[in-house]
Formats: sequence, C-alpha cells, structure tokens
Amino acid sequence: MLTAEEKHQIDHEISLVPSPKNACIEALKIVQQSHGWVSDESLQDVAEYVGMSTAELDSVATFYNLIFRRPVGRHVILVCDSISCYVMGYEDIRNQLFEKLSIQYGQTTADGRFTILPNCCLGTCDCAPALMIDNDLYRNLTVEQLDDILSKYT
Amino acid sequence: MEKPLTQHIVPGRKPLSLKEYEKVGGYQSVRKVLKEMTPEEVQTLVKDSNLRGRGGAGFSTGLKWSFVPMGPDAAQPKYLVANADEMEPGTFKDRVLLEGNPHQLIEGMIVASYAIQASISYVFLRWAYKVAAREISHAIQEAYDAGYLGKNILGSGFNLDMHLHTGVGRYMCGEETALLNALEGKRANPRAKPPFPQVSGLFGKPTIVNNVETLCCLPHIINNGADWFKKLGLTEDAGTKLYGVSGRVKNPGCWELPMGTTIREILEEHAGGMQDGYLFRGLLPGGASTDFLVEEHLDLPMDYPSIQAAGSRMGTGTMIILDDQTCPVGFTLNLQHFFAQESCGFCTPCREGLPWVEKILLAIDKGEGKPEHLLTLDFHTKYLGPGNTFCALAPGAMEPLQSALKYFREDFERHIHEHHCPWSKSKAWQPST
Repeated sequence: MLTAEEKHQIDHEISLVPSPKNACIEALKIVQQSHGWVSDESLQDVAEYVGMSTAELDSVATFYNLIFRRPVGRHVILVCDSISCYVMGYEDIRNQLFEKLSIQYGQTTADGRFTILPNCCLGTCDCAPALMIDNDLYRNLTVEQLDDILSKYT
Repeated sequence: MEKPLTQHIVPGRKPLSLKEYEKVGGYQSVRKVLKEMTPEEVQTLVKDSNLRGRGGAGFSTGLKWSFVPMGPDAAQPKYLVANADEMEPGTFKDRVLLEGNPHQLIEGMIVASYAIQASISYVFLRWAYKVAAREISHAIQEAYDAGYLGKNILGSGFNLDMHLHTGVGRYMCGEETALLNALEGKRANPRAKPPFPQVSGLFGKPTIVNNVETLCCLPHIINNGADWFKKLGLTEDAGTKLYGVSGRVKNPGCWELPMGTTIREILEEHAGGMQDGYLFRGLLPGGASTDFLVEEHLDLPMDYPSIQAAGSRMGTGTMIILDDQTCPVGFTLNLQHFFAQESCGFCTPCREGLPWVEKILLAIDKGEGKPEHLLTLDFHTKYLGPGNTFCALAPGAMEPLQSALKYFREDFERHIHEHHCPWSKSKAWQPST
C-alpha cells in the first residue's frame, strides 16, 4: 500500500507531466526513498497508481541502475570502476572493502549495514579513485582511509 | 587570458547567490534578448558565433536551433533541456559549471529558451551530482523569486518554467533521444531519427537538448558578440573550452583555456606532466568513446577539426592518460566492460557484439588469447562501427578499441604469445560481475 505521503508526492510529479505514466520513474524514486528498495508489492502499487501494467513498469524499473529491485543494506557503497579510477588503482580499494566487509558486489553484510555495488564513472576523475556512500562522495581514496570512512555509517 | 565561463568559480567556495551574480553582470543577457532582440536575431547571433555543441558531437548550436518550427503555427509547448547527465567516463567538466555557477546555466537556458520560444525547460542532472542538485534547485528558486523565471519575465510577455530532473543512472541517458525517453518515464532507449527532436522531441513537441557547457557560453556571446567569441579561440573553432586531464599526471584537473590550446600545453603546463616514475603512452582526448592519440599527436590543437583529422574526436575535451605501467589491454577491457554493461540492448550488434568483445579481451588479458582473436576484434570494429547500429554507443565503443589495436598491437600480441599479461603484477582487471 502506498502511504498518504507517498501518494501526495507522486500526485505532485503527475501534475507536472501530460500523463500519469510519465511520472513512473519519479514514483519509483519516491517509493524507494521510503523503503530503501522497490519490492514486487511496491511495484504493483505504483503500476496501479500510474495506470501501467506491472510488466511495463518493471521493464522501466530494471533498466535503471539506481532503482533497486532487491533489498539493500542501510547504506549503499557505490565503487567507481570506470577508466580513470582503474588507472589510479581502484581495485585495491574494492578488494579491501570486500575483505573488510566479507561481501562481494551485489551482496549485503549480515547485519544489514552495507551493500556494495559497482558503479560507472562518478564524474570526479581528477580525484580518482572515488566512491559514494549514500549521498556522500569520497575522493582521492587510499586504502588507509577506509576504516575511518566506514565507521561513519551505522 | 579571458575565462568567461569560470571567472566567477572559486573551487571550494559556495557559488554566487543571485544577488552576487547580478552584481558581476549576471542576467544582463536575459534583459538584452528580451528587450532588444527577436528570437531570430538570437539564433543568428549564436550561429554567427560558431558555437559548437560541447557535449561531444560539436554540432553548430545555432544551426541546431534553426530546425525548430517557429511562428504562431508551431506546436506548443516547446521544450529546452539542459543535458547535465555527464556520464562519459573520464569526464568531469560540467560538474565544475553546475556546482560552481548554477545561475550562469540558468541564464543560458533562458536565452536558449527565448531563441526557440520554449516555455518549459528541464535540467536533466545525473543522480551522482548531489551538490549540483542542491545548488541548482536553490538557484532555480532564486530565479523564480527574482522574476527571471515564471510568467511574463521582466514584463516581456515571455513565459518560462524550469524543473530539475535527477536521473536514476544509465549511460544511455546522455544520448539526446534516450534522455527524452527517460524524461517521459520510459526506458532510455534511443529513438529513430527522423523525426529529429527539434521537430518532435519531448512528449512529441519541438525540443532542443543542449549540453551544460554549451548553454553556459550563451550569456557571454549575447553580451559580447559573435566576433568576440570567435576571437577567444586560437584556431578556426570559437570560444574557450573546459579541458580536463585524469590519470597519472602530477596535477589532474579541469581548466578553461582558449579553444585550440595544444594537447602538450594542457598536459605539461596545466596538468604538470607525468608523475615521477610514469611514462606517457597515449591518451583518449575526450572521454571513453574517443580514439587513442599518441606521442606524435601532442602538438595538435585541441579543437574539433584538428583532432578529427588525426583520426579521433575531441569529444568532451577531458583527456584520460594511459601510462606505461597500466596495461593497454586491461585499459581497453575496462572500457569495453563499461560499454557492454551500458548498452541498452535494443539493437543486436551492440547487445551481442560488445559482450563478445569484452569476453575476448578478458581471455587475452588472462593469457588465454589466441592469434585469431585479434582478427575477431578487428572485424568487430567494422561491424559495430558507424552505420551498423541504432545509435552511436557501439561505434563510440569501437573508437578506443580500433585505435588500441593500431597503436598498441604489439602489447596485445605479447599477451597472446607469452600467455600472460606482462603487467599482471600491477593491474589485473577483473570484471565486476
């Protein structure tokens, strides 16, 4: 069930576009904002609300990298794996993260704290290697900084 | 040296507020076009200035606008979209403008909207640019409050609304027709052209999509004229350009310089040359989808025709450096992994061909390559090249591959003959999935 607040926000997005369907990505973002991800149930709710079939909406939802169709941890670590970060040695950062958190890409720590995902270029190539945790960007990373950075997220 | 686009940007400092921006001449171009110029005159001025699209294709901005139907019979509403989806790997120039001076972008968007008589405009911003999102929303609100946006702007009768749309991540969204699909709440597959967006774009209405840097040039062209803008460039290309350098250089960064500054000057004077212990081997001049250039090209001016004549593209103008301690096969594999993953899957050559290319490069990198693999890669560069795919993604992917096979072929062959990566101790690429 969509909450009254979610419906209110989705209604605002619908008011800006010619047809409710056109607001479906915004609606998915709104639902993900409150639940952390888009469950099958949420997908059905949104589809019904904007007048699309679930299959059609899922084809949109699964197209985009940042709509999560599986549960994620409380914090999502996005590791930039594009070319400038590759040249500057992001792989050491990635390997250290895997080791410290005992998970691989696409997995969530047992305590539900972190999910790690690979990510395309974060657009901060002069400060490579880089990663994002939630809304925070970390640049010019070294392996030594990782413990401090991770400790900020509970 | 004039740096119109970045003159008010100080790294680490908050961007100018609307009041501060007005004090240094901000929004003058809006007053000028609304009060003194017809839309046609704005289009002509921009065409005369020789401004070329800074997103990578380098198409004349004024010419692009001229395809928009004008006059009372034109379909309404018309749209203007700022392409702020900057997702070309190695590219970080628009971020500087978005975070550093959002009012300059808004001013440019008002000018462009007036020129094509658009009444609704969007900033299509990539999700990762959180600081930019905050600054732009704030600046848009300030512009509404000051009467630069909304109904009857400055009493001119011209109306313009502006919305910020943040994407949910997909490289395809940078392609203008795919971007329009994303804005409409659809999968970001590219559209068939014709019809071109200028005639039938967002929601089937006339639409112009311009890159952020392109739009930021407009206020300065309006205020100072076409000749002034042309004279900023050192070669036949006009204006200044935000050039960037990333990789193993001493001072990676982004600088506004006269269009046509040589690669060597950018690399050695601004980026400080290679880091100690690293040697230059090659560079991609303007993002992941441009052909490698090597030592012999360093004295070329960075402008559209010169880089094209050398067999590459200036693209976004942000260079990625390949050094001697990075494996050229691994470098190329990283790029092809990106393109294979970001293919929208709509057309067969791209959907099937790019993963095949990635697989072969992975085999070569692991020491499992066969001599015939190079021929398979060669033919992919042709069959995934221009004219064989629905959009420019796969042809773009083939640019670094074909030039890597040309300039670094011996390195590919060594992997195959020696059955391992000669750089394997330092850089072993592993795909992320």
